[in-house]
Amino acid sequence: MALPPVEQIKAQIEAGVPGASVTVILNGSPSAQHSLLLDPAHARAVAELLRDHSEWRLDYCTLVTGVDWPDTETSEKVKVRKFVKAADGTESEQEVDEVRKTKVPGYLEAVYHLFSMEKKHGQVVLRLRTGNRTDDTHVPSLTPVWRGAEFQEREAFDLYGIVFDGHPDLRRILMWDGFKDYPMRKDYVPPADEIPVIEVHS
Amino acid sequence: MRDALLDRPVYEPEEGEIMEVSMGPHHPSTHGVFRMDVKLEGERVMKLKPVFGYLHRNHEKIAEHGAYLAAIPYTDRLDYLCSMTNNWGYVLAVEKLAGLQVPERAEYLRVIVAELTRFQNHAGLIGFLLQDMGASGTPLMYAFREREKILDLFESLSGARMMCNYMRFGGLRVDATKEWLDEVRALIALLPGFVDEFEALLRANEILMARTQGTGVLPRELAINASVTGPMLRASGVNYDIRKVDHYGVYDRFSFKVPLGEHGDVYDRYMMRLLEMRETVKILEQALKDIPEGPVMDPKVRLRGLRPKAGEAYGRIESPKGELGFFLISDGTGNPYRYRVRPPCMINLTILEDMCLGHNIADVVIILGSVDIVLGEVDR
Repeated sequence: MALPPVEQIKAQIEAGVPGASVTVILNGSPSAQHSLLLDPAHARAVAELLRDHSEWRLDYCTLVTGVDWPDTETSEKVKVRKFVKAADGTESEQEVDEVRKTKVPGYLEAVYHLFSMEKKHGQVVLRLRTGNRTDDTHVPSLTPVWRGAEFQEREAFDLYGIVFDGHPDLRRILMWDGFKDYPMRKDYVPPADEIPVIEVHS
Repeated sequence: MRDALLDRPVYEPEEGEIMEVSMGPHHPSTHGVFRMDVKLEGERVMKLKPVFGYLHRNHEKIAEHGAYLAAIPYTDRLDYLCSMTNNWGYVLAVEKLAGLQVPERAEYLRVIVAELTRFQNHAGLIGFLLQDMGASGTPLMYAFREREKILDLFESLSGARMMCNYMRFGGLRVDATKEWLDEVRALIALLPGFVDEFEALLRANEILMARTQGTGVLPRELAINASVTGPMLRASGVNYDIRKVDHYGVYDRFSFKVPLGEHGDVYDRYMMRLLEMRETVKILEQALKDIPEGPVMDPKVRLRGLRPKAGEAYGRIESPKGELGFFLISDGTGNPYRYRVRPPCMINLTILEDMCLGHNIADVVIILGSVDIVLGEVDR
């Protein structure tokens, strides 16, 4: 039995978890693997619903990954009236072109791919987004729902800096403990070649 | 019941002192640069934390900096024993992302090389088990004798023994000759006899049974919840093989069985590999019988200048270690915006501690061996 389309899954989640808001994110590639954006406050409850739903039984969380979406700048040309000084010193009001820039704040994203081992169907893609890339990088951990997410959430924390609230053991996993930066971010600059000083840890 | 699984088991010592041992990263039984921080009470394991990352080179970042084509040789180096299946996982994800078609002959050749890879991986693993248990040398050389023959075939097909770099999205790099296919036919006629040889070692060896039966039991519910895949999952009795579930490639045309275990212990996990080797021979026989003539590469596919439409795709295959998946996000340019590997070896290590608690330190070695890790893939 195949899963219902994402819109139906969204409707059933919103009916099953009071207060949850789910947004469908369409995927433009031929794969057509659409995803569901969850709000962080209800993410744990939604995950438990998906896992325990009698028809879906999404008991298998295969892939957890971080994605970095940096701040973007959009610029548009607008016409404004301005006083312009001519070469002979006289000022006159003229219409000139000006480029106006707006900054769109970026965010980090945790993506979860779910399948069902019992019903042998899939996939459902969940997304969680942080507030920004600097000080509000928290999302709820789904490791208490699927233990298979444990190492992969640690990896997203290690390489992207996403902090998973409620993770039982959130430490760096591939980089060493004293490492400071997040290497998979798009604006990461690798340090100049030097021998790293590795702190001895237990 | 399910929530009880999430609480980590705690082994309470009766009395005595606790000793910390750092096994690895240069321990000969860790199959690479892998470390386990073990807390022992006498010989009993009370706590075990896997530590890895010694081979980390940020494979994903390297692939995000290059074109789609440029990532294929890097995937060879993930699980360096199974480069053919790594290629397949990646090209499958790109084909899903860009909506590419693969010629039929290429699909058959992919099955043939992937199943040969599975055979040599499992043969090597059983050799390593016996090595880990103290049967020094001879069984491992038996395993490597067959592995050599398969690697020779890979060399004459692709030019390289281990880093094959053979598959392309939309097909394969080179076609196989008729002589090559005849050589494969001649080889697989010998393989069942070789499996019998190993089965006699596993089934009739009293020492091996005493050490592996009942050791490192992985319960079914925990295996599912912890995303364990591959022969490890099936040894715990879960019928989940992506070749049967997704029918990727042309796997729906072959008849083969999915072996399942009953106890989920180390013995079952090794028997799974042995039984899978027999099924692999069956698939190979059918694929070699049915392989059609024709091209192996879709001429319309632009290998160098591939620019998929913005979007994302997740493609997965059943690699010898478990579910190998690739997750790609395209932003419409010539290189992937996000490239992510789902490493089966790393995720199968999640439950290493649960399997080892309460066992002797010597058993940790064979339990780790039964997980079948390759550090090139764990660390990436």
